[in-house]
Amino acid sequence: MTRTDLNRRRLLAAGGALGLSVGFMGGPALARDRGRRKLVVVLARGAMDGLSATPPVGDPDYAGLRGRIAIPADRALKLDDTFALHPALAHVHALALRGQARIAPATASPDRARSHFEAQDVLESGAAVVYGTASGFLNRALAAMPGGRGDGLSVGATAPLILRGPVQTASWSPGAAGEGSPRLPAILADLYAGDPLLGPALARGLQTEAMAEAAMQGVAAPLAGATGGGVQGLVRQGQGVARGIGQTVAGFMRQTAGPDIVSISVDGWDTHANQGAVEGQLANRLLYLDALLAGLHEGLGDAWADTVVVVATEFGRTARINGTGGTDHGTGSTAFVLGGALKPGGIIGDWPTLRPAALFEGRDTRPTLDVRGLFKGVLRDHMGVDRAALDRDVFPDSAGVAPVGGLV
Amino acid sequence: MASPSDSLHAAIAVTRFGLGARPGELAAVARDPRGWLLDQIRAGGADQPQAAPESAAKRLQDFRVYRMDRREARRAEAGETPPDRDPVRIAARMIREGPAVDFLARARLAATTAAGFRERWALFWANHFTVSGVKLVTATVAGPFEQEAIRPHVFGRFADLLTSATMHPGMLLYLDQAQSAGPDSQAAQVLKRPPRAAERIGLGGGLNENLAREILELHTVGVAAGYSQADVTELARALTGWSIGGPREAEDRQGRFVFRPATHQPGARTVMGRIYADDGALQAGAILKDLAAHPATARHLAHKIARHFTADDPSPALVGRLEAAWTGSGGDLAVVARALVEAPEAWQPAPAKFKTPYEFLVSSWRAIGGQPAAIEHLAPPLTALGQRPFSPPSPKGWDDLAPTWAAPDAVVKRLAWAQQFSAAVAGELDTDAVASGALGARLSPAVRTAIARAESREEALSILLMSPEFQRR
Repeated sequence: MTRTDLNRRRLLAAGGALGLSVGFMGGPALARDRGRRKLVVVLARGAMDGLSATPPVGDPDYAGLRGRIAIPADRALKLDDTFALHPALAHVHALALRGQARIAPATASPDRARSHFEAQDVLESGAAVVYGTASGFLNRALAAMPGGRGDGLSVGATAPLILRGPVQTASWSPGAAGEGSPRLPAILADLYAGDPLLGPALARGLQTEAMAEAAMQGVAAPLAGATGGGVQGLVRQGQGVARGIGQTVAGFMRQTAGPDIVSISVDGWDTHANQGAVEGQLANRLLYLDALLAGLHEGLGDAWADTVVVVATEFGRTARINGTGGTDHGTGSTAFVLGGALKPGGIIGDWPTLRPAALFEGRDTRPTLDVRGLFKGVLRDHMGVDRAALDRDVFPDSAGVAPVGGLV
Repeated sequence: MASPSDSLHAAIAVTRFGLGARPGELAAVARDPRGWLLDQIRAGGADQPQAAPESAAKRLQDFRVYRMDRREARRAEAGETPPDRDPVRIAARMIREGPAVDFLARARLAATTAAGFRERWALFWANHFTVSGVKLVTATVAGPFEQEAIRPHVFGRFADLLTSATMHPGMLLYLDQAQSAGPDSQAAQVLKRPPRAAERIGLGGGLNENLAREILELHTVGVAAGYSQADVTELARALTGWSIGGPREAEDRQGRFVFRPATHQPGARTVMGRIYADDGALQAGAILKDLAAHPATARHLAHKIARHFTADDPSPALVGRLEAAWTGSGGDLAVVARALVEAPEAWQPAPAKFKTPYEFLVSSWRAIGGQPAAIEHLAPPLTALGQRPFSPPSPKGWDDLAPTWAAPDAVVKRLAWAQQFSAAVAGELDTDAVASGALGARLSPAVRTAIARAESREEALSILLMSPEFQRR
């Protein structure tokens, strides 16, 4: 990428701010290519149980360790001789059959403390140790993108650490901002001129609000009334919302000034009690996740071919069922890599098995893959971030962690 | 007439330590800002939002009745009862309404209290010992938990607050303690005999370490204290037997803390290097007492208090003062609160804390001398801004850092809410007076001018609420 390229991007941004149509400005295909590749990172907060999301039903120790929360092999959606997907992940399975979804079943961050908050900090900051840096690795990846800074968007009412940092990113959450006095934004922009927190946030928020209108075109409103009552009604309603969020995010990404990197958080994975098996608490979260990914896939249309989605969690859960029909904090868990840009292949990383001697500290899935290596592979081969920047800036002091190659 | 420095101190006392100024409050406080704060510290604890609230025990009994009804209704043929007469729907609505009543009462207390520091102090501790309504059953008891387990103890000994929070049914349910059983307890042995009997009667018959981990990590010593997985498991074993009375038990046990000797893991336990003899329910109590007194707990909480009240990255000198007050008093929270008020570092003129959505809404009502009249005034905007009533996303509670709350989308949504609020309330307000009354010496010339130049009262009030100084404390 060249300097001209960088200037062109700035010009595009300026054009957007002035309300100019990009088509009017014309230009070579290079600039389009620059912003074409997309990355979506979905954080499953609360420690997603990898052994239920991507159950190793062919592992001889699986059923015994898991007892009544084991996913029966005849109900799981088969991937290979060992692995399957939870039956709630029907859309992900359809993608997997087309070589557009793979799993990394024994992944972990470098953190081993089994604390949600410490592990999320390490995962999102990209540091080798807890509270090692105050910015998120995706923010630093945006700064290191070839051809100038990329754009980021986080979905949700609060800003996640993973995208926080010096590059001002956008955020969006469902719910209209509403009409108001047209003078107020300008008055506040003046009052916020010297305010490092509120100034950039307001400017970016107003810009995103304008994009949201276009992004939501064609997104069907969730049919809350048509779902019936009870827990299953709420679950179906949640799926409708998730699908709508996925489609709207795709709508942002398809726009010319749309984000290069998006982060979405899905919480509710901390299943200490009664997590269920084919049905239940965890199955409902997986239905939500599947609907979100389906919405993204459908909404992106042709742009799916240029997209990679990574689903990761802060750590896994105990290999054994606990005393209350759930699982406690563990170590290795599963990660998903999806997208039209993906190369087909089997599982990512090695499967350590669930043999008693293979379990980490006698209780957890032993991680064989550092999640930073997974992200490095995607950021290098898909987003074009160079290795030196990955080793030094994006994931500090991580030269020893090799990028996972061959994913795209 | 108060001196300029008293005016500034009054604004700091009421906005930073308290929940924002109501009309006339700054002038009254300016006579003695420190004294005004110190007078709010009292042995009786915080104010109660409701004089005669429903208890957690009552709510849990109602919830159990609702669950049984629901099960029966599922068994019966569906579709025979019209939806508006369906007893299950009625019960479900009651369960939703309880938390709404609790939350509204709490917000009205915050909007009207003359002791804003006392209320902020209570909210800090309620958040420290989070019981989130993300599960239906805990949603019904989040309010009672605060009234019963937190508010009476916020100016007492930390050890007592810790014990009361840990023993409360709200916490036992939220962090899955109620069902946890020792693997070698009598109950587990009996349940193991006919295979899968535990499953049939809906009991796990085993250990759950969720509460134990969060006590160590969040409530007491903190993750930096260097405890191990073995410490977590040992504390979880000691806690077995701490449970809640069920529907078939005596009336005075239902929905209340009970100790079940039959599910308690027998034997001595070792936590953070100390050995605790098996003493039934008292074993975990003794561990909690030692954790409360641990130096790492003093350090952890001193930092957290300083961060909440003064700055995301608080002054080490302030943290040191609070830690010394904590250690010197054996964790007397009244002494710690006094040390905070008396610390010069807490009175830095520049407001460093960005208000959470709840603080923003409450201080807006206070500024106009009003209060919310219905849950609809609170739940939708708080949810849109990321702070759904009684529903922190995790046991860690609501985050306390500016970058979390000042996301671009959130700032735009704050603006949208400020405009709606102003349209509804600005009416006949003297907005210049509202601005002076709300911020006093902290009102900047630029914002004062913008308010004076506004083309309507609605616009003027929106500018005040969205001003950099009103968004912070």
